[in-house]
Amino acid sequence: MSATAASNLTIENLNKCYKVAGGDVDALQGINLDIHEGEFVSIVGSSGCGKSTLLRIISGLENGYSGEVKIGGKRIGGPGLDRGMVFQEHRLIPWLTVEQNVAFGLNGMDNSQRDTVVREHLELVELAGFAKALPHQLSGGMSQRVAIARALVNNPQLLLLDEPFGALDAMTRIQMQQEILRIWEAERTTMVLVTHDIDEAIFLGDRVVIMSSRPGTVKKIVPVHLPRPRDRSSYEFVQIRKEIFSEFFAYVERPFAYAI
Amino acid sequence: MPPEKLSMANDTNSRLQKFQHLLQYFGLTVVLIGIWQGLYHLGFLNPILLPAPSQIALAFWDLFKSGDLMRHIGISVLRVLEGFGIAAVLGLVLGTAIGLSRTLDRWTDLIIQVVKPIPPIAWIPLAILWFGIGEQSKVYIIFLGAFFPIIINTIDGIRQTDHKFVEVARILAVPRFKFVRQVVLPGALPAIMTGLRVGLMVAWMCVVAAELIAAGSGIGYLIMDARQLSQSDVVIVGMITIGIIGKLMDSLIKRLEIRLIRWKVAFSGN
Repeated sequence: MSATAASNLTIENLNKCYKVAGGDVDALQGINLDIHEGEFVSIVGSSGCGKSTLLRIISGLENGYSGEVKIGGKRIGGPGLDRGMVFQEHRLIPWLTVEQNVAFGLNGMDNSQRDTVVREHLELVELAGFAKALPHQLSGGMSQRVAIARALVNNPQLLLLDEPFGALDAMTRIQMQQEILRIWEAERTTMVLVTHDIDEAIFLGDRVVIMSSRPGTVKKIVPVHLPRPRDRSSYEFVQIRKEIFSEFFAYVERPFAYAI
Repeated sequence: MPPEKLSMANDTNSRLQKFQHLLQYFGLTVVLIGIWQGLYHLGFLNPILLPAPSQIALAFWDLFKSGDLMRHIGISVLRVLEGFGIAAVLGLVLGTAIGLSRTLDRWTDLIIQVVKPIPPIAWIPLAILWFGIGEQSKVYIIFLGAFFPIIINTIDGIRQTDHKFVEVARILAVPRFKFVRQVVLPGALPAIMTGLRVGLMVAWMCVVAAELIAAGSGIGYLIMDARQLSQSDVVIVGMITIGIIGKLMDSLIKRLEIRLIRWKVAFSGN
């Protein structure tokens, strides 16, 4: 990413606290983050660190925070078509067909134009043959692809991914990671991925943002300067994984000899 | 999904199972009628108080042959359709409006909650004063009976809209009207169908109650008239007819439900 690229998403001194019965709980504290246009940023953290809250604030679903969240220099005020979102559960509407679900976000278009856009996006996620299927007829991975198509249908500048592959089995998850990478390279949408899977974060992200818990703060940002597609077992990959691991877990020295 | 290729053994097996299910479905009823008939032959029953099934069958046949039974059924069913029809239209429209608007809900909640527990039968004296003993008073009673289950279930169904879909719609800036049409109403359909089923059952019970008290025709009238002539067999014919028609109405609306909510049937599996 060149230095002159317009800063797409800017987060300045963001704080968010929840009122819980006992008092206030700081969910996010002093978050500062710049995400460039076309960048893929992964956010990792243990559960409850506020990473999903951060994503929901960016999406506009969550209010009542202090600080600034700007897209292209403009403060966000609620959800907007410049941002798409994919949730952990696919959230497809069970009585609408795949194409109706994808068309759900398309408004104010005539029918032929809408059909074209829907078809293009189903082709993008390689589900063109399933346009008439109902969600319950799809596998978990396929459902999540439809959800991605639905999120991209308005050509958002920014795609927010909230643990989108967390509910999938290990095989499907790896397939979907490759899939989202292909879509990112094809569409060049800025993507922000929240995950608790460190491998996933390194495999996909240009940068990995590490968050700490209670209060949720940005602990460290690790750049991943590796060419794609990335080899998860390469030396560099493993080094980055070790670096991120050490932020979460105390390093354990392996004893040289084992007693049996 | 059953496997494509069923062996012959499996085929007879499933046929046997079908027979078994039929036996289970009708068995208890047939046995009870048998015992009832047996008690009559043993002289335990006073035919004036409780006639035997064979006598009831004869009375049924006589009423059917003369056309009286069908005439009374026709009149009662027509009344139900009128009252239920009005209740369905008003219940669905108002229920949808109240379900979608918190303000309207606050305006109407108290009156609905207070009027709802008043049994339709308690309205009969007023209904007769207002509308006389003609059709209108019966239709009014039936309407009252069917209206509340329909409106309450419609409101509930709409309120149960999954919050996750609301968030998806907000992210995608889906217009409110489209959201209601594509998400809220289809999602409320199972609850709405339950409301319609309960409403129809209550409507059917109300018509009989209204006819028992003031009418010159209908199944309820048939029963009351027979009581005055001490024709207990005709009374029971009337009662059984009410039961059977009620069951048929319920099956009909259940079938409609399965057609309308196919996604859910498939969703909930076998």
